[in-house]
Amino acid sequence: MDPTLVAVRERPRPPLRVLEYFLVLLRRTFRGTIFTGFLSPLLYLVALGYGLGSLVDRGQGLDGVPYVQFIAPGILVATAMQIGVFDASYPVLGAIRWDRQYHAMLATPVGVRDVVTGHIAGITLRSLLSAVVFLVVAYALRAVPSWTGVLSLVAVLLVTVAYATPMFAIAARAQTDVSFTLVFRLGVIPMFLFSGTFFPVSQLPTAIQPIAYVIPLWHGSSLARDATLGTLSWGMDLLHVGYLLLWCVLGGWLATRTLRRRMVV
Amino acid sequence: MSNPASTTHTPGVLPTGTEVLIEAVGLRKTFGDFVAVDGIDVQVHRGEAFGFLGPNGAGKSSTMRMIGCVSPVSGGSLRILGMDPALDGARIRARLGVVPQQDSLDGELTVRDNLYVYGRYFGIPRAECRRMATELLEFANLTDRADSLVDPLSGGMKRRLTIARALINSPEILLLDEPTTGLDPQARHVLWDRLFRLKRSGVTLVLTTHYMDEAEQLCDRLVVMDKGRIAAEGSPRSLIEQWSTREVLELRFDEDDLSPHARRVEGIGERVEVLPDRLLLYVDDGEAAGRAVHERGVRPLSSLVRRSTLEDVFLRLTGRSLVD
Repeated sequence: MDPTLVAVRERPRPPLRVLEYFLVLLRRTFRGTIFTGFLSPLLYLVALGYGLGSLVDRGQGLDGVPYVQFIAPGILVATAMQIGVFDASYPVLGAIRWDRQYHAMLATPVGVRDVVTGHIAGITLRSLLSAVVFLVVAYALRAVPSWTGVLSLVAVLLVTVAYATPMFAIAARAQTDVSFTLVFRLGVIPMFLFSGTFFPVSQLPTAIQPIAYVIPLWHGSSLARDATLGTLSWGMDLLHVGYLLLWCVLGGWLATRTLRRRMVV
Repeated sequence: MSNPASTTHTPGVLPTGTEVLIEAVGLRKTFGDFVAVDGIDVQVHRGEAFGFLGPNGAGKSSTMRMIGCVSPVSGGSLRILGMDPALDGARIRARLGVVPQQDSLDGELTVRDNLYVYGRYFGIPRAECRRMATELLEFANLTDRADSLVDPLSGGMKRRLTIARALINSPEILLLDEPTTGLDPQARHVLWDRLFRLKRSGVTLVLTTHYMDEAEQLCDRLVVMDKGRIAAEGSPRSLIEQWSTREVLELRFDEDDLSPHARRVEGIGERVEVLPDRLLLYVDDGEAAGRAVHERGVRPLSSLVRRSTLEDVFLRLTGRSLVD
């Protein structure tokens, strides 16, 4: 090895290298990503927030909060969940079985942990990108009343990772993609509907309310809502952050372990 | 073009055949009860082209994956570039080039981006990656496809791109697992030409193949593997000299049972192999053997004299053909 060449080489930071791959990929699909990433939540916001909202607001309302302002943060983090779950499903299995990108990465100095970190970072970045566009539009539409709404991006980040990492583990175990449909139908959709996206969990029968409190999305939507409505409070919101972090750490550990078992044989 | 691998070697490095880059002693790989590699001893020296020849399932790919530091060693010892894969996997991989059996190119990226992204995995600076990508596209004869996506490329082009990609870090050892399997003859020859060039420039090549012509073309030295073990080792020529005769007389018959013919030609050569459709007579002089066969009243459908190949060596060592 030519010593001068060694000198020019940067210190390897493998997770960033993996992230860079996903950025190159994102650059290629940029427009489509942004479009799907914020258009569908925007449709929800308009249809439900204004359409349905005009009916809701005629009643007693939600503690004086206009309905569109109530569901904007809910839709924001529910979208983060969907991106997290979806991007860690087919793409992960594909990188193992179909296109085999992980095999290419692991033949280089990149390790299993770097692959997981880099891929999750890529997913999170895409999720944040969509969220930023959505927030700007929602702010312009007066669906986000407070400047602290920017902090809802923290909820987006945590929810994306909290969902992407366990899904990564499921995908890294899967032989085929049949289980994914099951996860979407029995996992994602119920959580989307019953975790405080469209109505407060307190509207649910008291018996099943505790279930919602276990679901990471509920913590995410509560946190994001406090941010966009400007009602952040240290105690409760730190609890939400802590609970979501727990899922991130647990999911990250599980994803790494599962991928290692799959790839290092 | 300037050679992509030329930066690999410091001046004054030891000549070929002295510096050991890969050393396996009693190397084993097991998957549960299944023994894929059953205690092999291998030494690969700097600058040589070393081959693992054997049929599918002989343990070649498992061995390659252990050398590539992506599969843990189950037993025995393995040292690559003086390091232990269990401890220094990433540092070893930084100096290897890997051409896997199954392509792992990214179909959604362009040809050039595939090289660029892969270079970045090694921490090679962006400008250097771009420069290397351009150079390697030239080497792989893919310059005019640089900005096309990978998916529509032909099998031969994808293989050349995979080899180009494996060279982006100027590796000291290039590992090629079945590099030309599934390619048409012309594409194989183009690929062999590229591998020759690399070898001339001093890159150490380690390859697996179940094609005896590929092994003869490319390898300075090879081991014949069968059922996880090494059956023989040497240069293609020395293996043929040791395990076969100079020439082979092939006799074709249009019959189901060739054993009566085999008995009648016994003794003409060193030995007779009975294949489903023909007899192989291992002899030093094929012409003379042909006359002897005729004198014994044996009338084959056709006969052919050829030189011994590694296929004959394999047949002799294992009683089976390489490719079935």
